[in-house]
Amino acid sequence: MSNEKKGLLTSGQKRKIRRNITGYAFILPNLIGYSIFVFVPVIFSFVLSVMSWDGSKKPMEFVGLANFAEIFGDKVFRGTLVHTISYAVMTVVPTLILALLLAVLLNNKIKGVAIFRTAFYFPYIASIVAVGAVWNMLFQPDFGPVNQILKFIGISDPPRWVVDKDWAMVAVSIVSVWKYMGYYMIVYLAALQGISSSLYEAASIDGANGWQKLWSITVPMLTPTTFFVMIMLTIQCFKVFDLVYVMTGGGPGNATKTLVNYIYEKAFTSWEFGPASAGAIVLFAIVLVITLIQFSGEKKWFKDL
Amino acid sequence: MNTKRKAIKVILYVILIGLSITMLVPFYWMVISSLKLNKDVFSIPMRWWPETLHPENYKVIWEKLPLITFFINTAKLTLITTAVQLCTSCFAAYGFTKCRFAGRDLIFLMYVTTIAVPWQVYMVPQFILVSKMGLNDTHIGLILMQAFSAFGVFLIRQFYISIPDELCEAARIDGLSEFGIFAKIVFPLGKPAMATLIIFTFTNVWNDFMGPLIYLKTKELKTVQLGIRMFISQYGADYAWIMAASVCSLIPIVIVFLSCQRFFVEGVAASGIKG
Repeated sequence: MSNEKKGLLTSGQKRKIRRNITGYAFILPNLIGYSIFVFVPVIFSFVLSVMSWDGSKKPMEFVGLANFAEIFGDKVFRGTLVHTISYAVMTVVPTLILALLLAVLLNNKIKGVAIFRTAFYFPYIASIVAVGAVWNMLFQPDFGPVNQILKFIGISDPPRWVVDKDWAMVAVSIVSVWKYMGYYMIVYLAALQGISSSLYEAASIDGANGWQKLWSITVPMLTPTTFFVMIMLTIQCFKVFDLVYVMTGGGPGNATKTLVNYIYEKAFTSWEFGPASAGAIVLFAIVLVITLIQFSGEKKWFKDL
Repeated sequence: MNTKRKAIKVILYVILIGLSITMLVPFYWMVISSLKLNKDVFSIPMRWWPETLHPENYKVIWEKLPLITFFINTAKLTLITTAVQLCTSCFAAYGFTKCRFAGRDLIFLMYVTTIAVPWQVYMVPQFILVSKMGLNDTHIGLILMQAFSAFGVFLIRQFYISIPDELCEAARIDGLSEFGIFAKIVFPLGKPAMATLIIFTFTNVWNDFMGPLIYLKTKELKTVQLGIRMFISQYGADYAWIMAASVCSLIPIVIVFLSCQRFFVEGVAASGIKG
């Protein structure tokens, strides 16, 4: 009896062990790679932010919050926060409005939707290096097409775009809106298809016109999507690097230097890993706050639904 | 009413065509500039159509820079990264959805908490780690640091959840091994999700700039994006050549995009809605 029970247990345990082994066999290839190349670096970035180290054989040294004090005392770093926020403000709202507008236009029953969708989405998949190069030509202050058109329509003294410290970030933002609105248009299109047509039919019976339907049905029904798009866009803006690097290199002066440009330069040109990681933690904190806002927002929408 | 509706439709078309043209003007400019002489790229008044075409620019650029090497490097990085990413993601997704084992939820929580951390936050320690492994300035280093993503696992997992467990259970009763169930049943069913992941990874790696910028220093190892960047710094005023090189760099992406457009759109919609 007891022997039998013991035998049963071991076979049960055996099965359990085998199940565990199979499970781990499936996830291990990814788990090992992910742990080494993502999870460990994530933890290590917190450690580095309170250390002083240049990557050499010299051991790292604990410095407490000195790195944070250093970067917040640095005028250049404070500037990057301002530039990144202004880039985000100039990018998020126009992208949001244009993406919604394009989606509403394309949600009509018309021929050639696929062609228009391709045209709007195409900038999104083009590489930033190529796109930055061509826009730098378009924005060329003396001979560039943009300023020639502006002069043609009567603006005698058009902005000097990427070489003017007041306009450089505006130029970067314009390119960013152009590049990303197609992506969010598709997010909106998917959401639009989820709105029940019975709502519109009911409104038609009540005599609502197109505008009224847009304002009273489409826009309110899309609020959760708009919220989601806004969060995604804001996070994306705080991570900006390539576009700025390619178009202005952070200049003129430091006028377009963003948070990630700062981290990059601290780490890979002056090899100050401590301050670079402190900057990275600031980025992390910003993204975390935005993500927490997203969670609380999502909770609200789900309760409403 | 009918004429009014027709009028609205015409206005709609005019707006859409106008907007599409505006969106595509930069690409048009890129192509025509690539066919001009370097000195003619900027002219006052500007020309929307060049007087003479100079397709020889497309020959010259291959001689000015080792563009072929850059293309081969990029293709290699893109293919290997995509393949590794796809395999490990599918494996892990199967483990997370169809297997029960101790610590599964805890490990998954680890993925969940790190997916929201931007790469820019940990790129510095990651670079130090890869360098300490002696893989700085190698393709392997760059592949390894990009090949394991939580995004891939999430995307495939989302799809595998929708595959009924009864299907696997039935196969189990029929005596199929766990790997057999994965290889013969679940993996083939996951094609739509895999297509999305392949396209996302492909475009990301092909277009990636910051990764190669940090990791690759040797000229012979550089990618197309870094190559064009080099072109711009070496031949800063030779705009036509820069544009010709840019056009070349876009061609593979355009081909992939036009042939798999459906998956691009579905991918955005899926990742967008599910968050």
